[in-house]
Amino acid sequence: MKIHEYQAKALFKEYGINVPPSILCEENAKIECSIEKIGCPCVIKAQVHSGARGKAGGVKLAKDYDSAVKISNEILGMELKSSQAGVKKVNKILIEQAVDIDRELYLSLTFDRANECIAFILSLEGGMDIEEVAKIAPEKIHTDFIKKEFNPYKLVQKLRLSENISLKISEIAQKLYKLLLEKDATLIEINPLVVTKMEEVIAIDAKINFDDNALFKHEDILSLKDEKEENPYELQAQKDGLNYIKMDGTIGCMVNGAGLAMATMDVIRLAGKDAANFLDVGGGASSEKIEKAFKLLISDKNLQAVFINIFGGILRCDFLAEGVKNAIKTLNVQCPVIVRMEGTNKKQGAEILNNSGLKFTVVNDLNKAIEVIRKI
Amino acid sequence: MSIFINEDTKLIVQGITGKEGSFHAKSCQEYGTKLVGGVTPKKGGETILGVNVFNSVKEAVIEVQPNTSMIFVPARFAASAIIEAADAGIELIVCITEGIPVYDMMNAKKAVELNGVRLIGPNCPGLLSPEKSKVGIMPSAIHKKGNVGVVSRSGTLTYEAVYQLTQLGIGQSTCIGIGGDPIIGTSFIDVLKEFQQDEQTQAICMIGEIGGTSEEEAADFIKQCVTKPVVSFIAGLSAPEGKRMGHAGAIISGGKGSASSKMKTLTNAGVIVCKNPADLGSTIKQYI
Repeated sequence: MKIHEYQAKALFKEYGINVPPSILCEENAKIECSIEKIGCPCVIKAQVHSGARGKAGGVKLAKDYDSAVKISNEILGMELKSSQAGVKKVNKILIEQAVDIDRELYLSLTFDRANECIAFILSLEGGMDIEEVAKIAPEKIHTDFIKKEFNPYKLVQKLRLSENISLKISEIAQKLYKLLLEKDATLIEINPLVVTKMEEVIAIDAKINFDDNALFKHEDILSLKDEKEENPYELQAQKDGLNYIKMDGTIGCMVNGAGLAMATMDVIRLAGKDAANFLDVGGGASSEKIEKAFKLLISDKNLQAVFINIFGGILRCDFLAEGVKNAIKTLNVQCPVIVRMEGTNKKQGAEILNNSGLKFTVVNDLNKAIEVIRKI
Repeated sequence: MSIFINEDTKLIVQGITGKEGSFHAKSCQEYGTKLVGGVTPKKGGETILGVNVFNSVKEAVIEVQPNTSMIFVPARFAASAIIEAADAGIELIVCITEGIPVYDMMNAKKAVELNGVRLIGPNCPGLLSPEKSKVGIMPSAIHKKGNVGVVSRSGTLTYEAVYQLTQLGIGQSTCIGIGGDPIIGTSFIDVLKEFQQDEQTQAICMIGEIGGTSEEEAADFIKQCVTKPVVSFIAGLSAPEGKRMGHAGAIISGGKGSASSKMKTLTNAGVIVCKNPADLGSTIKQYI
C-alpha cells in the first residue's frame, strides 16, 4: 500500500525525523492563510501517488506570496501526467517552507528480494532519479545488506561528510529502520535528504510503501489509504474479495490462480488481442463470488468478449457454471462468452451451461481458445 | 525414486481442524499418504480422520514421530507455525498458507536455515509423487506415474501442465509448487539439483513467472549442472510493470523481473522455452 508524502512526513515526525513545517490544503479557501502561516519562499507540492511529480509540474518553488497563491491554484485540481502513474487529478497540495539547501542526498531502506533482507542505500546524488544514477554511475550508490545488527554509520562514512553530519544521518537511518520494522514498510525513501548550510539534516521528501499482507497488524496505517488514488474497478474488486487488475485490452478474462491468470493473458496476446484485466477468483470461489466477478468484468465498456479459463481443483466447475449462468441472465450480457473448464465436476459444469439456453462457446484446450479469440 | 517425499513419508497437518486443513488432510490420506496426526492449539485430545490432534508440534513429534508437516494455519500465525515445526525437529515443512507478511517470513526462514530443515512454500500447492505420496492441495486425479519432474512457482498453472502431460500419456516423477511469495524456502535450483540426481526423472518441466531473479539463477545452474532436458514456460509476458499480479512475488519493478528477460536467459542456458502454455505437454513429449 502506498501513502501520500504528507502522511509519510507525519510518520517521520512521530519517529523524531526532521521535516520542514508544512500545511495540507484540500480546497482553495485555505490556501491564502496557509501561505501566510508558512511564509515565503515556499514549495507547493501535489499530493498524488506518483513518482516524478516534479518533472510533471506538480512541485514548484514560490518566491513570494503572490506567486505562491497563483501556483497553488494552478496545481490544486490539475491533471498530473507522469510516466509512472498515468494521469491523476490533484485533490490535495502541501504548502511547505523552503529549505536552504547545501547538499542533496539519497537515502532509502527497502526489502531486498534477492538477498532476503533489508537493504540500506545511500548516495550523494540526491534529487535525481536514482534508477537513472544506478544505470549511469553505479559506483555513486552505496548499499549495505542488513543481515544481523543494523549499523548505519559504516555506510554513511563512505559519503565522506563531516563527523557531525554523518552522525545525524546515521541517527535518521536508525529511526527509519525502527519505523520500517514496526510498521511493516517494504520501502522508505527520502529523495532528497537535505543538508543545510547550518549542518542540519532534513527530509524534504518522503515515500513509504507498506506490505499489503501485514496491514492486518496496523489499523493506523490502513486508515491512511486514499481510495481516490485507487482504480475504481480495482477498489470494487477488493471489496468483493477478488484479485483484480485493470488493463487496457478488450478481452475480459476470469481465471482461478494467479499463474494461470497471467498465462491466460499471454494466450490472449498470442491470439492477437489484449486482456482487459487480470482476474484471479481464487481457489474456493462460490457461485455468488463468480457472479460478482462477472459483473465487474462486464462493467468495462471496452469489452469485446469474455474468456473464462478455470482449472477446477478446489474450485468446482459446477459452481463456476452456476455463477456464470446467473450473471449472464441477470445482467443481460450481449458480448460473446468463451468458456474453458477443466478438472473437478467438469461434466456437471458443462451440463449446466448447455441446458441454460444461453449461448456459450465452449472450448476444450488453450489452443482452441486462441483460434476462437483470434476470430473476434 | 521421487524427491522430498515417498512411501515412508509420515505426515502431520498443522491446522487440521480448520475447513481447508481437514479437507486437504483427507485428500492426502485418500491418496495413500501416511497421515499420523494433526496439530491445533487447544484442541489436543480430539480425533479427526482417524488420527489424534495435538496441542503442539513438539507433542506430536514425541507421540507419533512424523517427519513431514503441512501447514494450513491462517497467515497471521503461519510464520510462527513454521518456526514451531522447525524447532520441533520436523524434516520437511510444506506451507500452503498465502499472505504471510514478508518480515515475518524473513524470521521464519532464519529459523528454518538454523535447524537445517527443508521448507517448501509458503503460498504454494505442495508436492505430489504419483502412486507414492501427496502433501499438498492439487487435484490428485490429473497425475500419472512417470519420468517428468515438474517444478513451478504457480498452482493452477502447474495443474495445467500436469494435465497436458497426462493427456498425452506422459507420467510424472514428482510435481512441486515452490510458491509465489518473495521469500520461499525451496528455490528452483534446490529442486533442479534433486531432479538431476533422481533416477526416475528423465526430463524437467519448469514453470516460472515475472518478478525476482530466481529463473535467471536457475538458468545459470542449468547451464553448469543439469544434463537432463528442461522445458520451460514463463507466465506474464503481457503483464504491466509495477503491478502485483496476484502473487506477492509476481511484480516487475524497476525494469527487473520481466518475462522476456527470463525467457532469453533460459534460452541461452539451453532450456527449451515455450511461448504458448498450451504447447508445454507436446514439447516435453519430444524429449521423453
